[in-house]
Amino acid sequence: MNLYALLRVALRALAINKLRSLLTMLGIIIGVGAVIVMIAVGSGAQARVEEQIRSLGSNLLLILSGATTSGGVRMGFGSNLTLTEDDAAAIPREIPEVTAAPALRGSAQIVWGNQNWSTVIFGVTPEYLEVRQWEIAAGRRFDATDMAGAAKVCLIGQTVARQLFGGVDPVGQSIRVRRVPFTVVGVLEGKGQSMMGSDQDDLVIMPISTARKRVLGAANLAKQRSVGTIWVKVPEGNDMKAAEEQVRALLRQRHRLQPGQDDDFSLRNLEEVAAAQEASSRVLALLLAAVASVSLVVGGIGIMNIMLVSVTERTREIGLRRAVGARTRDILGQFLVEAVTLSLIGGLAGIALGVGAAFGIARIAGWRIVLSPEAVVLAVAFAFAIGVFFGFYPARKAARLNPVEALRFE
Amino acid sequence: MPTALIQTRDLLKIYRVGDTEVRALDGVTMQITTGDFVAVMGPSGSGKSTFMNVLGCLDRPSGGEYLLDGRPVANLTDDALAEVRNRSVGFVFQNFNLLPRTSALENVELPLVYAGVAARERNLRAAEMIAKVGLAARGHHQPAQLSGGQQQRVAIARALVTRPKLILADEPTGALDSRTSLEIMALLQELNRTGMTVVIVTHENDIARFARRVLRFRDGRVVADEANPPLDAALMFAEEPVHA
Ligand SMILES: Nc1ncnc2c1ncn2[C@@H]1O[C@H](COP(=O)(O)OP(=O)(O)OP(=O)(O)O)[C@@H](O)[C@H]1O
Ligand SMILES: [Mg+2]
Repeated sequence: MNLYALLRVALRALAINKLRSLLTMLGIIIGVGAVIVMIAVGSGAQARVEEQIRSLGSNLLLILSGATTSGGVRMGFGSNLTLTEDDAAAIPREIPEVTAAPALRGSAQIVWGNQNWSTVIFGVTPEYLEVRQWEIAAGRRFDATDMAGAAKVCLIGQTVARQLFGGVDPVGQSIRVRRVPFTVVGVLEGKGQSMMGSDQDDLVIMPISTARKRVLGAANLAKQRSVGTIWVKVPEGNDMKAAEEQVRALLRQRHRLQPGQDDDFSLRNLEEVAAAQEASSRVLALLLAAVASVSLVVGGIGIMNIMLVSVTERTREIGLRRAVGARTRDILGQFLVEAVTLSLIGGLAGIALGVGAAFGIARIAGWRIVLSPEAVVLAVAFAFAIGVFFGFYPARKAARLNPVEALRFE
Repeated sequence: MPTALIQTRDLLKIYRVGDTEVRALDGVTMQITTGDFVAVMGPSGSGKSTFMNVLGCLDRPSGGEYLLDGRPVANLTDDALAEVRNRSVGFVFQNFNLLPRTSALENVELPLVYAGVAARERNLRAAEMIAKVGLAARGHHQPAQLSGGQQQRVAIARALVTRPKLILADEPTGALDSRTSLEIMALLQELNRTGMTVVIVTHENDIARFARRVLRFRDGRVVADEANPPLDAALMFAEEPVHA
């Protein structure tokens, strides 16, 4: 019996018990659908993490003020500003080819006309945007002249631009930051969410000199030139580990730390952080797919169950087929094809369900999804394998029936 | 001299149920010549069905020899036996054994499917056989839409479709009324007249009368083997009063 004939026999048998076939397929439909949705959501999350890593900029070291631990207790970063602008200036001087950008952070209420918005203020040097690989969408950056003169100019992030100005072009407008009038000279490009989930575009950037003198004030700062963070960019292709150690050694020396004494700053290699994030998002995606495939296996057990019932119900038919010349492999093929047909039709319906559900989730929950043809092929292949695996035992049972006893079966 | 289509010697079939041994066939030695019409009779449990299943290569004997058309079948593989059933034997059962929700034509085609015959030729031959048993108009009916006698005719058409040498019918009239039984016997006699070898199992002397020869079984043995001047079923059918 050829495959086409077997397929016709299978389709007819399935059509006789339409509702039963449909219910049996439901397990596979849900299983395949779930696998596709989970892979779509998992790869979506992975894609987002990868994007965030790109938005961070590559080959970055982040130095934070304050010790990582103090007597085993984690301290809040930046609570004690141990880094200074001089540290930042020393780093590129002592370590060739690297760029360092100090940043002083604070928060402030900003006002434009009758609009106001509470946001984060960063006082930085012109290197900051270069180190963070942050382009501007409109206007200009500030330069050394602005720095020297502590000019009241600022760049704003996309979120601030939207919240404060709505549709109006912010460039050239005057805003008040803690009552001090500033001119918006440019708008930054959007960077989206950070890995920690915060909005990276909700900020105002100004020269660090201006921030210190006019906005953040000396009152809450311990030292005149202290900063919260220093970003260090290492050129592409350089050894990050080595650069990290050089920076650490330099800062320990500048801070006059004795051997055995803890660092009074903490150094992060962002690539490592990113890699860890990426790995965990990949594990999550795999886990989701694995959980979803459990439902596929459950669907497979449903197929096996129904096929066993079907073999018993059709014992006489099997005996008759044997009597008119069916070989054992014809019977095996017949029931195997029937099981695989169930699982494949279920698989195809599951793809439709899964793709639909994935788009639904993207639309309703706003999650990022990535639908890959590989995932679809994988799901169908899996459904096929389930059909073969769970259909084999009932089919073999049918093929092994003794024809005489099968014909006598009541 | 007519050749022996079936030759058996000391045929044994032993079933073991627990500690007891049931000798369903206990040394059957006999021959059936080509073109014969044999009725197998005997009390219930005497081994008639077992004998038919062995003759039809559906079951393997526990011992003894069996030559079908001069060829020993004892050493054939399962696949080879399936081919013998497909090509050389046509089975007819008491309960018809038609596939439900499947048209008469498709039921008749079934053996040809396993013979690997192409669809077009299958259709032609099935239609030819359906016409031969007088059901040309009912080809597309499903078994549930046919009377018992018509279903048995479809089953006979199915047994004939591969042009076998041998028809084995185990109580073919067991589920039919006497009038329909005559119809079926007339059909089998007609086939026999065209040279087909027919073996039927029956409990009824009225049915056995249509055979040329009667084999009587008891406890797995042949206890009598009588020639029988056969009655003509078609003639009797014509004379039978029609009951309303
Ligand atoms: N699968 C089996 N296992 C055990 N014993 C069996 C089996 N099949 C048949 N038998 C026994 O073999 C003997 C012959 O059975 P068989 O069916 O050939 O009888 P029969 O002559 O056809 O009877 P009936 O007229 O009732 O159909 C019986 O005693 C029966 O119980
Ligand atoms: Mg019997």
